[in-house]
Amino acid sequence: MSRKRDNPAGTAAPEVFARRSGFGPFQALQSRRNWFAINIALLIIAIVIPFKANNYVLEVLANAWFYVVLCLGLNIVIGYAGLLDLGYAAFFAVGAYTTAILTSQFGFNFWLTIPFAVIFATIAGIVIGGPTLRLRSDYLAIVTLGFGEITRIAARNLKITGGASGLIGIDRPNLFGLDLYQISHYYYVFLVLAVLACFVSYRLQHSRLGRAWQYVREDEDAAEAMGINRVMIKLYAYIIGAVFAGIAGCFFAAKMTAISPETFTFNQSVLILLGVVLGGMGKIPGVMIGAFALVLFPEVFRDIGAMRMLVFAVVMLIIMLYRPHGIWPEKRQ
Amino acid sequence: MSLLEATKISLRFGGLKVIENLSFTVQEGSIASLIGPNGAGKTSVFNCLTGFYRPQEGEITFAGRSILRKKPHKITARGMARTFQNLRLFKTMSVLENVMSGMHCRTSAGAFGAIFHPPSQRREEKEIRRVSQECLEFVGILDKKDRAASNLPYGDQRRVEWARALATKPRLLLFDEPAAGLNYDEKERLIALIHRIRSELGITVFLIEHDMGLVMKVSENITVIDYGQKIAEGTAEEVQSNPRVIEAYLGKEEEEAA
Repeated sequence: MSRKRDNPAGTAAPEVFARRSGFGPFQALQSRRNWFAINIALLIIAIVIPFKANNYVLEVLANAWFYVVLCLGLNIVIGYAGLLDLGYAAFFAVGAYTTAILTSQFGFNFWLTIPFAVIFATIAGIVIGGPTLRLRSDYLAIVTLGFGEITRIAARNLKITGGASGLIGIDRPNLFGLDLYQISHYYYVFLVLAVLACFVSYRLQHSRLGRAWQYVREDEDAAEAMGINRVMIKLYAYIIGAVFAGIAGCFFAAKMTAISPETFTFNQSVLILLGVVLGGMGKIPGVMIGAFALVLFPEVFRDIGAMRMLVFAVVMLIIMLYRPHGIWPEKRQ
Repeated sequence: MSLLEATKISLRFGGLKVIENLSFTVQEGSIASLIGPNGAGKTSVFNCLTGFYRPQEGEITFAGRSILRKKPHKITARGMARTFQNLRLFKTMSVLENVMSGMHCRTSAGAFGAIFHPPSQRREEKEIRRVSQECLEFVGILDKKDRAASNLPYGDQRRVEWARALATKPRLLLFDEPAAGLNYDEKERLIALIHRIRSELGITVFLIEHDMGLVMKVSENITVIDYGQKIAEGTAEEVQSNPRVIEAYLGKEEEEAA
């Protein structure tokens, strides 16, 4: 694909930037200044929405921001490190159950459960990733699928997780004297999390670690010959992805105040994966669009009832046919 | 003093003996070569040295320490870098990013550094770029640093590989057929570069090569192998006049006559 360095704004885009962004219909976003302005404008819109929108809209949008966090977390595993993970909901479950168990059974303050969730998500990442990351792609996918199901079935059968009926009575977080209970509160909570997730993803992608993921993704042997420990580097991606999902899970539990194992099914993992693949692996705005599409589409077409999933499937097929690398993919030659 | 020493290494794939009882040394500060006809096991020797294959028998020491059971990335960190026979660049990344991969094992920033950009991380990133650009300048393609690696002409892609290997700051550099596919001019420049790598950077060079002219011009010590066994060793003149070498490359005279 030829590189187009000119942009409509006429400002000279730095070479590196021109190579990273800019793709088909998104050419106008190529200049760094435009890009910055658009981001700020979108963020302002996102901040003022709760003043105008009703609770239904906020519920849907809060859910969308929540999926943005999950999809960005999985994007680190799939998009950056190139590992197919079919059991990502397991890490989300670890975070949600950590918060649920610690607040409802041990009387912890919600905020104190987050460090624990991070620790447990890290341990889960090491336990699942440690033995499996030596495997190459297809095998890894099967094993992660298995681990995802093991986590859910364990949660359904253990006493501490409340069995099949799950846990209720999860503590509502309190932020500087303000009890977070309204949907608009959670809208902002997930918006902040999503912005943080974007920031962290961006920083990671443009770092020594992010480059190492890309080296390993492109040629494992050459990366290894350059002195990169491929198993460690993959484990790193796996753990960071797990921590993203773990933290998102904490806030999910707080928002719902009740969780059950059926939230963390294989379908959930597939849905998150769908958001990443649909939007464009490895590209932060792409993944965000994917997450939004995932949540908004079924809501927008709620009127047509059961037909909407069929329409959703058809739309996805069309997208995959005409944009096989996602709606807004990372540019690769 | 010998920097690299292989003692009686044997490598088998099932019943196939790829390397048999092979011993050789590479002296610190020398330019040495490993030659042999097609399929003699040259690249397999390289793969044993760099940890990609594990010989069933024998011992390999690098700078006095055994590297036999070490993983490839550990061996690179110890100071042995390699290039590949078939280009193995990170194709979608820029030339500079390719070379930056070499500095990975010489730096340490992790997730914390990436997210919070502490001063140590920023210094490190600058250092990675500086060293990588120096390596690109050394091989003469600094002006192409922002191009995608796969868009470069073949000869330049080879140079990216050399720069990438240099960026690991090696003590010993293994070249796997560096002249393959290069034209006459490029080969001349390669010869000059190999000499400069030793004289300016003080790096020991060990190469596998098919191009006999090049090998004879640069190497001080040549090891010849055939069917995984050493058949001769010595300077260019000694090797060239060795009847077993001539036989391995050209076949026996009776056979030719027949």
